Amino acid sequence: MPVLTILLVLPIVGALVVAVLPKRRPELIYPISLVVSILPLAVAGYILWNFTVGDASFQFTEDISFNETIGFGWRVAVDGVSLFMVVLTALLFPIAIAASHAVTDRLKTYMILMLVLETGVLGVFLSLDLLLFFAFFEIVLIPMYMLIAMWGSENRAYASMKFVLFTAAGSAFLFASIIALGLLAGEQIGTLASFDFRTMLDVELTRTTQILLFSGFAIAFAIKVPLFPFHTWLPDAHTEAPTAGSVLLAGVLLKMGTYGLLRFNVTLFPEITVDFGFWLALLGVVGIVYGAAVAIVQPDIKRLVAYSSVSHMGFIVLGIFALTSQALQGSIFQMISHGLTTGALFLLIGMVYDRTHTRKIADYGGLAKVMPVFAGLFLFSAFASAGLPGLSGFVGEFTILIGSYLTFPTLAIISASGVILAAIYLLWAYERVFTGPITNSKLEALKDLNVREIAILLPLVILIIGLGVYPKPVMDRIEPSVNLMLDRIEAVTDYQVPEFGGSDDTVDIEYGEIEYEEHEGGDG
Amino acid sequence: MTLTISWFLILAAALFSIGVAGVLIRRNALVMFMSIELMLNSVNLTFVAVSRELGLIEGQVAALFVMVVAAAEVTIGLAIIVAVFRRKASANVDELAELRG
Amino acid sequence: MTDLLWILIALPLTGAFINIVFGKRIGEPLAGWLGFVLVGSAWAIAVVPTLGLLTGSGTPETIYLFSWIPVVGADAAILWDPLSALLTMIVTGVGALIHLYSIGYMHGDERFARFFGYLNLFIASMLILVLASNYAVMFIGWELVGLSSYLLISFWFKKPSAAAAGKKAFIVNRIGDWGFLVALMIIFASFGTFDFGVIFTTAPVVLTTGAATAITLLLFLGATGKSAQIPLYIWLPDAMEGPTPVSALIHAATMVTAGVFMMARSAVLFELAPISGVTIAVIGGATALLAAVIAVTQMDIKKVLAYSTISQLGYMVMGVGVGAYSAGVFHLSTHAFFKALLFLGAGSVIHGMADEQDMRKMGGLRKAMPVTFVTMTVGWLAISGIFPFSGFWSKDEILAATFQRGGPWLILWAVGILAALLTAFYMTRLYVLTFLGKPRWAEGTEPHESPWTMTLPLAVLAVAAVIFGVFNTPARLAFEHFLEPSFALISHAEPLDLPLAAVLALFALVVAIGGIAWSWFRYNRDELPVEEGGFWQRGLNGFAVDDLYGRVIVEPGKKVCEWFADSVDPKGIDGVSHGIAQGVRTAGDGLKTLQSGQVRSYAGGIAIGAVVLILAVLALGGGF
Repeated sequence: MPVLTILLVLPIVGALVVAVLPKRRPELIYPISLVVSILPLAVAGYILWNFTVGDASFQFTEDISFNETIGFGWRVAVDGVSLFMVVLTALLFPIAIAASHAVTDRLKTYMILMLVLETGVLGVFLSLDLLLFFAFFEIVLIPMYMLIAMWGSENRAYASMKFVLFTAAGSAFLFASIIALGLLAGEQIGTLASFDFRTMLDVELTRTTQILLFSGFAIAFAIKVPLFPFHTWLPDAHTEAPTAGSVLLAGVLLKMGTYGLLRFNVTLFPEITVDFGFWLALLGVVGIVYGAAVAIVQPDIKRLVAYSSVSHMGFIVLGIFALTSQALQGSIFQMISHGLTTGALFLLIGMVYDRTHTRKIADYGGLAKVMPVFAGLFLFSAFASAGLPGLSGFVGEFTILIGSYLTFPTLAIISASGVILAAIYLLWAYERVFTGPITNSKLEALKDLNVREIAILLPLVILIIGLGVYPKPVMDRIEPSVNLMLDRIEAVTDYQVPEFGGSDDTVDIEYGEIEYEEHEGGDG
Repeated sequence: MTLTISWFLILAAALFSIGVAGVLIRRNALVMFMSIELMLNSVNLTFVAVSRELGLIEGQVAALFVMVVAAAEVTIGLAIIVAVFRRKASANVDELAELRG
Repeated sequence: MTDLLWILIALPLTGAFINIVFGKRIGEPLAGWLGFVLVGSAWAIAVVPTLGLLTGSGTPETIYLFSWIPVVGADAAILWDPLSALLTMIVTGVGALIHLYSIGYMHGDERFARFFGYLNLFIASMLILVLASNYAVMFIGWELVGLSSYLLISFWFKKPSAAAAGKKAFIVNRIGDWGFLVALMIIFASFGTFDFGVIFTTAPVVLTTGAATAITLLLFLGATGKSAQIPLYIWLPDAMEGPTPVSALIHAATMVTAGVFMMARSAVLFELAPISGVTIAVIGGATALLAAVIAVTQMDIKKVLAYSTISQLGYMVMGVGVGAYSAGVFHLSTHAFFKALLFLGAGSVIHGMADEQDMRKMGGLRKAMPVTFVTMTVGWLAISGIFPFSGFWSKDEILAATFQRGGPWLILWAVGILAALLTAFYMTRLYVLTFLGKPRWAEGTEPHESPWTMTLPLAVLAVAAVIFGVFNTPARLAFEHFLEPSFALISHAEPLDLPLAAVLALFALVVAIGGIAWSWFRYNRDELPVEEGGFWQRGLNGFAVDDLYGRVIVEPGKKVCEWFADSVDPKGIDGVSHGIAQGVRTAGDGLKTLQSGQVRSYAGGIAIGAVVLILAVLALGGGF
């Protein structure tokens, strides 16, 4: 059964279903869109359930060649790296659609765009063919542009254009690199071109070519992540986008960048990764500190969370280029976790924005008195985002830091200061918005979250706690693929994953026994 | 004096030049349009002549293609000219500068 | 039996969940009783295995629960040894009493159930911290107690000062946590695991002195945050904005001692780093003295106790620094009892005085609040170090251990003695101003004794504050022996000669009595001494350390952030992207003149272009 194709086609079919609904019946469009967006989640659940733990290779592979000469085909598969990106995408889309209850304007178009976007994002994570990957990578751009441009707030024209131009600029490099790599790969296997990811693994390239191609991929993904100093599109896009747009942007679209870095830069160009990875990791660390520092003084709550994303994505990039099993697993875990926590924060901000139509922190104050449930959930998400142990954010950041220290000690120590800064910007914002007396009389009449809104947030809350307390099932599925990646790097380059002391020592000292007899002879 | 290919090519060149001159000099859209047709047909003539000379069929195929495209183009072009004439009561192209940057 | 120790954590955690999520429906006072019963049962459950360790019928062991983060080898596991058993008993015991107390204290609060939810959450977090069998899990507890502390300090969030104090506490603690986190990185890089068993047994082989020094100093940075030492102590006085039971439980008895506990747990590492030991002892001594000086000048009854706590924590840290881990932990235990007692007593006073905290407006409460008066007397004598109350024994042990090191350490010993003198002085000041003399109450205040739910915990703690000290006299070191398995891997100093110990103890006692007498005669009179200007004013303001940090760190930091946000981002980075956009626009403006809209000019262009192309081909000798 071509499960992955079904997964990819389902949202499109859903979009067609929504397309034939009567435009003037929003009460039909909303629930039906929600239902059709849950179907991919069910398929993703099926994939998760049937995923073979401990298998590092690609699973559920489908390979249909469209054109032998240029080596282009429908090649899709999942492995430990992409599995959770797919599940996260399939999870966040129904949530984002459910949270679009307040959209009344052109609802049908809105839902169709959302569903098309879902196919695009899923395709990015599933493609094993670089041309196919690029096609999906670009498909994502259009619905997202329209979501911001048509349903955004005041400054949406500027923000959406900035989003498109930044991403498209990166895509140009990406496309050129993909074509070049495809032609070089084809040359070696005797066809005009080949875009099969698996053949590209064995392509022999000169060092200069590698550096050029690596840079092409890296620029495109660095803009998408976004890595400092390519991040300035993100705060604008986030701030102007509708709630669902922000959730998806932070939740899954940014992950396309880090996923790309991991899947293509690290895997296809191990030598360059080893030699120049430090500089990308450094940019990540600059992003951690810089993003957090800028977030502290933001007067706009949504912008604040956007800059916090810059900071958190910096951790992921650091982890990717640290090239240790810990750091890589932590990075992938952090991608999931960031999707959940930042998604929750944007949802919450959207919920209060629907009531007050302001994002300015200064317009709020004492909100916890009128909206206690909202305040509680916001604080929960803020702490999850700030990496409080026991919640998912900590597991990712902690593992990244521990792993990165082995390769880049200085960078890891600097980035650990992110935990201080995160506490400052989130708690200070919380203080100004939620505590103290109510300063703005308009706030007094606000209603707390209703059952629907709580139900939207509940899956995220449960997952944040669940993954924080028991991350092992996720880690178990990530680990083999990550280790395979590292083995490949070690085989191709001189790089050795840093050894650390005593890991194989199974010294298990029952250290009560040593001295305990003495105790009995004592005064006890 | 046999009819060598040179004659055909010279005729074609002459027709093409007349066409070019017409497009560049005349202001009436209809006349410019006819000049373009003249250029197309001069190229057709070249195709057919060379095709006959080399004994290849491709040239004639190309000529047929050009004729079909030209027919389609004429239809659309004339429609545009008529539409413009209705608005401006003139077919003078110098009066049309809506697409100025 | 010990297999079920996870229930200790699960019980308060359940209570936290129920009270936070369903608290509104449960309501007062049921939510409070639920919290109390759960924590009380945790205590009861812990009693048996603790007795097992005490009598020798049980052995220390590690109880594996589940694998948490496999890739860094962090398992969720419980280490049950005398040290963790002791802390468990204190946390659940004092915790249960304070829950009981809070039922009375929080009566009528609109978020009554929520309060108990947070308290339960704190107990669970603290138990995770003390029962952890590796640094990673300890760090979970470490951060979660910070969370509970944040929630409880800013419990009355409608007061801006309370909200700010909670935030400050969390952020300052996070600075310390940065140190802890970096220490964890080095530990993992050195050992490849966080497990205490592996680390402590292999540390002498694996670690160089440099690495050990780095790890321990970073861990100590974490401890200065949590245990309120110089330079990070500034959050604790502000934390008094929280309800008084919180101050008693978290900011006196348990959470703030976590730093001391953590260092005692890591004793093996600290033994490997002599430089760290000196640093820690000096900072501990300095903190003890500075905080004692500030405490002398405070007028708010809770602020006096807050600075007193900082000062006492300084003693414990000093104890750890000189290598007297058991003594440090012993002082931690006695302090937990008498300081919780003092705070709860102060809470009872504040409760009875209708939320008045200024000691200048108290006086003569002896008759109005007899139970509080009597129990506070015990607490006062205990902390002042009067024989035979518990504080006497524990403080004396730390001072003796410092003295024993000899040489320059004697300076530190003198500092400790000086701090002890000041302690006796300010505690007597507090005691006299509050309970003795004439009433100086504000109009219409009618002090009354608190309900039994509040006085019963006072009585129990008072008994503990009296008797706990005798467990560890220089003559009979039962406490030290009990803890021995936890410190099995480090070398022990020879116990002090009894005569010398007795002389030192006597000297400390004389100093304490001197302090009490000095203070007694200064304050126990009708005309209170004028304490304004100069030293008093600066002391009341905490010697402006907060302002200093504000000027040196916070304000410049904010300036940098604003520079990033207002200049670098919009003008610098976006300047470049806008510049590129502007360049494209200018080029377009220039080129658009070519687009005349004239068909014939386009045709001319095509013709010229064609000619140029043909000429070029001919000139280059193309295929014609």
